[in-house]
Amino acid sequence: MARRGPTGLRLRDRLEERRFLAPALIAPAVLFITLLVGGPLVLAIYLSFTNAVAGSLSGGFIGLDNFTREWSNPIFRDALKNTFIFVFVSQVIVLVLAKILANFLIRDFRGKWFLRFLIILPWAAPISLGVIGWKWAFDSLYSWVNWIGRAVHILGPGSEPQWTGEPKLAMAAIITTHAWRLLPFATIIILAGLASIPRDIEDAAAVDGATGWRRMVYITIPLVAPIMTIALLFGIVFTATDMIVVYLLTNGGPFNSTHMITTWAFQTGIVSGALGDGAAVSLYMLPILAVVAVLMLWFARRVEVT
Amino acid sequence: MVRPPGGGDIAVPSRRTRRNLTTYLVVGPFAIALAFPFYVMLITSFMSQQDLQNARNSPLWWNDPPTLKHYDFLLTDTQYLRWLGNTALVGGVVVLITLAAAVPAGYALARLSGRWGQSLAVGIFLTYLVPPTLLFLPLSRVVSELGLNDSLASLMLVYPSFTIPFATWLLMGFFKTIPSELEDAALVDGSSRVGALWRIILPVSLPGILTVVIFTFSLSFSEFVYALTFISTSSHKTISIGVPTELIRGDVFFWQGLLAAALIPAVPIALLYNVFLDRFIAGFTGGAFR
Repeated sequence: MARRGPTGLRLRDRLEERRFLAPALIAPAVLFITLLVGGPLVLAIYLSFTNAVAGSLSGGFIGLDNFTREWSNPIFRDALKNTFIFVFVSQVIVLVLAKILANFLIRDFRGKWFLRFLIILPWAAPISLGVIGWKWAFDSLYSWVNWIGRAVHILGPGSEPQWTGEPKLAMAAIITTHAWRLLPFATIIILAGLASIPRDIEDAAAVDGATGWRRMVYITIPLVAPIMTIALLFGIVFTATDMIVVYLLTNGGPFNSTHMITTWAFQTGIVSGALGDGAAVSLYMLPILAVVAVLMLWFARRVEVT
Repeated sequence: MVRPPGGGDIAVPSRRTRRNLTTYLVVGPFAIALAFPFYVMLITSFMSQQDLQNARNSPLWWNDPPTLKHYDFLLTDTQYLRWLGNTALVGGVVVLITLAAAVPAGYALARLSGRWGQSLAVGIFLTYLVPPTLLFLPLSRVVSELGLNDSLASLMLVYPSFTIPFATWLLMGFFKTIPSELEDAALVDGSSRVGALWRIILPVSLPGILTVVIFTFSLSFSEFVYALTFISTSSHKTISIGVPTELIRGDVFFWQGLLAAALIPAVPIALLYNVFLDRFIAGFTGGAFR
């Protein structure tokens, strides 16, 4: 009993030391992430080198067979191509529109709260539910998009496009839905960036007589470029790794023409039960993610320096 | 442009009015376009079957009187309420786990650690970029090895893997905005670090924590890929997979009920989102730009 008092006190003092306290506070979070992100990531890499099937964790080691087989699979090739088209087109649309919208949304005006609520809806609503709204919009029988097209005489009677029935149109439908969902998010990020630009820089520029395009080129663009890049990097990750929009809108159809890496990995690994094969497919995403991560790190360091 | 005589005094308000007008002319159409699918969902969910199937009728407004029939069907003849309950339960547990891990971590990263803390913070943030679509295959094995297949517990276990990084980053941003003099005073008075965190810092940062709660909850509410992979029994499903996998079946879509089901949770979540958005931005940039 007598010894417990002082020891307890010493332990408490120990805990107070930064060198012990900080790791103790951080440990649970790091442990959780290591076990449930790091572990599975390693497991995915291991599985991709095996012919494991659903229901077992192990399979025979087959080297790079899964990767080479998928690489020569036309559906996988299409999925890879589709993923790049999906990312590129949707990011161009989203960034341009988000920048325009953010420029105006940063101002103060009456009814801003309500308009912002409407704008935020596609991002805030659970995405699988939002996509159902678009499934309705592109329905083969009742499409209201086509109805509006007919009403304003863009579409003649009987010439209604089958949005999810034709490869190109299906891609357009997927990209529209995804851009719709991502636009509010990109706008929020850009708004945050615009708000963090100190007013005095712009004021100083105005006092110095910088106007019009000079102010644009020398002041505004360098100030806004970093945040646009952040929005782009997030956008790339959220698009390249998304599976919900495609899964619910077309499920890779028609005739496997709109698969992405993600939906093909799900189809292969879960639906067909070829675990190793599916893991290999999904790991083809890793290079994209690695590039984005490196760029983000580079940005974080740059921000730290300035 | 002809300047009104007398110059600035009169020109200023008119310029402001024009500025306001262009703002509405740009923001208005954006808002309408982005919210439009929800508007159609709202209208359709009250539409009678006869009205819906008549190709001549406008899909954008009721031609027959609106009906509550489909809401009634959704709430009484499907497992919708069960899914809502499941989703709330998972969300609640995930919020608790997330706070338990992210509050101490966010505080330590904001206050206590030096150089390696910075790298660790960025490292934790980067794990947020590792997507469910990369991890769902190995995790499906892990979940079934643990015997958690087809259970809500599997989601409670796995969801914090993406909410903790996100919440830690946000909380770090919030804690950095709180002057450290506050807890220094408490430390001088003989309080311990953990005591100061509990009694001084937490009450002050309640708005920030509430923001994290809201966004963590909405992240777990919206999650789709893991739930789709792990859960197969209807009564164990969450909203985000229950609605698309159970209510869409066969050739006959119960469109009105389906759209009602999609609309009901979307609106309150978006409202909460909007209320906490400014704080979210403050936390996000507080972490990034200090």
